[in-house]
Amino acid sequence: MSTAAQTPAGPRGTARRTAGRAARGRAARRPWTPGQIVLTLLGAAVSTVFLAPLAWALFTSLKSETEAVEVPTHWLPDEWTTQAWRAVFETGNITNWFVNSLVVSVCVTAVVLSVSALAGYGFARTEFRGKGVLLGVVMTGLMVSPAVLGVPLFTTVQQMGMVDTYWGMILPQCAPAAMVYILYKFFQGIPRELEEAAFIDGAGRWRVFFTIVLPLSRPSLAAVGIFTFIASWNNFLWPYMVTNNPDLMTMPNGIATVMNSYGIQWAQLMAGGLMAGLPLIVVFVFFQRQIVAGVAHTGLAGQ
Amino acid sequence: MTTTSARTVVAPARTRTAAAGRAVRRGQGFQHGAWFVAPFLVLFALFVIWPLLRGVYLSFTDANISGDATSFVGLDNYREALDDPLVWESLGHSAYFTLLVVPCITVLAFLLAMLAHHIERGRWLWRLCFFAPFLLPSTVAANLWQWLFNPGTGMVEHVLGIETAWLTDKSYAMLAVVVCTLWWTVGFSFLLYLAALQGIPAHLYEAAKLDGANAWHRMVRITLPMLRHITGLVVALQILASLQVFDQAVVMMDFLPGPEGSTRTFVQYTLEEGFTSYRVGYASAISVIFFVIIAAVALARMWLLRNREEGGR
Repeated sequence: MSTAAQTPAGPRGTARRTAGRAARGRAARRPWTPGQIVLTLLGAAVSTVFLAPLAWALFTSLKSETEAVEVPTHWLPDEWTTQAWRAVFETGNITNWFVNSLVVSVCVTAVVLSVSALAGYGFARTEFRGKGVLLGVVMTGLMVSPAVLGVPLFTTVQQMGMVDTYWGMILPQCAPAAMVYILYKFFQGIPRELEEAAFIDGAGRWRVFFTIVLPLSRPSLAAVGIFTFIASWNNFLWPYMVTNNPDLMTMPNGIATVMNSYGIQWAQLMAGGLMAGLPLIVVFVFFQRQIVAGVAHTGLAGQ
Repeated sequence: MTTTSARTVVAPARTRTAAAGRAVRRGQGFQHGAWFVAPFLVLFALFVIWPLLRGVYLSFTDANISGDATSFVGLDNYREALDDPLVWESLGHSAYFTLLVVPCITVLAFLLAMLAHHIERGRWLWRLCFFAPFLLPSTVAANLWQWLFNPGTGMVEHVLGIETAWLTDKSYAMLAVVVCTLWWTVGFSFLLYLAALQGIPAHLYEAAKLDGANAWHRMVRITLPMLRHITGLVVALQILASLQVFDQAVVMMDFLPGPEGSTRTFVQYTLEEGFTSYRVGYASAISVIFFVIIAAVALARMWLLRNREEGGR
C-alpha cells in the first residue's frame, strides 16, 4: 500500500495531512483477517460506549416528563411521545436562541476570517516599523481568554455600553491571536516567487493578496473558519457573562440558564440539548472531511 | 513592561497609515503592511490588551461592579488573595481536575486514534463516533452527564448497577466532572493523533517489516517516537484548557460550587467575587494572578520546545 494511493480525492484536495484522504484511498476491499475482525469488534464496542449517552438523551426526550423520572429507569420509552420536543418549541425561546446563535457565530466567523487573514499576511509578508514588537504582543494574546480575564473584560465592555447587545457578544470573540498566528505561519510558507511574478507584472500588494494569496490559502482559511464557527457556536462563558436577557441568549447559554432555572424538566432539557447539538453533528456527517481537516489543522498549527 | 510595549505598539500603526496609503498607490509597499494588520490590532487592543491593562489597574483598587475605581488600595488585594483560603482551595480544584484530565485524555486519545487508524473499514464511522461529542456545546454535555449521573434515573447507575452519589458526594463530584470532560473533549486530541498517525511515512513500517520487526517493535520504535511532538502539543493544549475549566463544573452542579464547594474552580471563584460579591478590584487581582500562572505554563512550554529544537540540531 503506497502513499501515492492516498492522494486527495476531492477537487481541491488539500496538501494537508487530512484524516479524510486516507479513508478514501484505502477503500479498496481487502479480506477480513482475524486481526481486523477483533479490531472492528473493539471499535464497535468503544463506539457504543461513546454513543450511549446520546442515545440515552434521545430516548429520554421521547418520554413523558413523568416517565423520564420514573424509578427504576429503563432505556426505551414505554410510551413514545414528542411532547417534550413540542413543549420546547412552544413554550421556550428556543427558536430565538437558535437565531441568536446563528447571527453571533456567522458574524464572528466572518470578522475573524477577514481580520486574521489580513493580519496574518501583514505579519508574514510586509515590512513596517515595530513589526517584531507587535508580533510579540500578539503572542501574549494567546494566553488571554474570557476565562482568565473575564471580570476586567466585562467591565471594559460595560464601559463601552455593549452589555446585553449583539455587539457585546460578537466583538470580544473577534480578536483571536491564535488564528492570526496560524495564518501567519501558513502565509510564510507560500513561495515568494509566486508573488514576485505578479509584482513584476505591475500588480499591487492588495491585488496580489486577493488574487494570488487568498485563493492559494483556501484550505487554511476553511480550517480557521470551521474552527472559529464551532468555537463560537458552542461558546458559553462569554455570552453568559455579557447577557442576562433571555431574548438575546445563544443556544448553549439559554439552555443552561433558562431551562435549568425553574426546576429541571429532563425530557425537555434533553430535547433542547439535542436541538443545540444536532445541527453541528448533522453538518459534520456531510462535511466530515473538511471539518476533520479544519480542526486537526488548526490544532496542529500550535506545534 | 506590558504597558509600555502596548502603547508604543498601537501608536505607530496609526501614524503610519498615511504613508502606507501612498506606498500602495505607488505599488511599492513597505509601510502599508500596517494597513493589513490594523483592523486586527484595533480589535486586539480593545478586547485583549485594554482589558489586560485594566485588570492590572483595577487590581490595585477597590472597584465595584460599576467599574469605577473608588480608591487606590495598593497591594491590599494581593495580600488578601494570598491569605484567602478559597483562592488556594479553588486553585487546588482546578489543578486536581487538570491532573486527572490531562493524562487520561492523552492516553485515551492515543488509543482511540490507534484503533481508528488500524481498522480498515468504516473509518468515517469511528471518527464520527469518537469526535461527535466535541461538537456539543459544553453546557449540553454537562446537562447530559448531570442527567446520566442522576441517582435513580441516570444511565450510569442503570448500566453499572452501583449506587454512587456522583453529584452530591464531595469525593465523587469532581470525578463526575472529569468523566463528562473526557467524553466530551477527547475527540479533539483524538483527531490530532489520527492526523499525526497518518503523517508517519509508510516506508518506515515497510522497511522495519523487511528487517523482521514485529508489530510491537514497530509501535515502540517507530510510532511512539514519531508521535512525540504531537503528544507534547496535546498535553500542552490540555493543560492550558483544563486549568481554565468552568462550564462543565458549574452546569453540572446547577451553578453552585458543588458538594461542600468541592467543584469550585478558579475561574468560578473569580466570577463569584466579581459578579456575585461585586468586588471587581479583588476579582481583578486574582484574575491577574491566574493570568500569571497561565502565562508561566505557556512560556514553560515555549522554553521546552526551544530547548528541544536546539538539542535536536
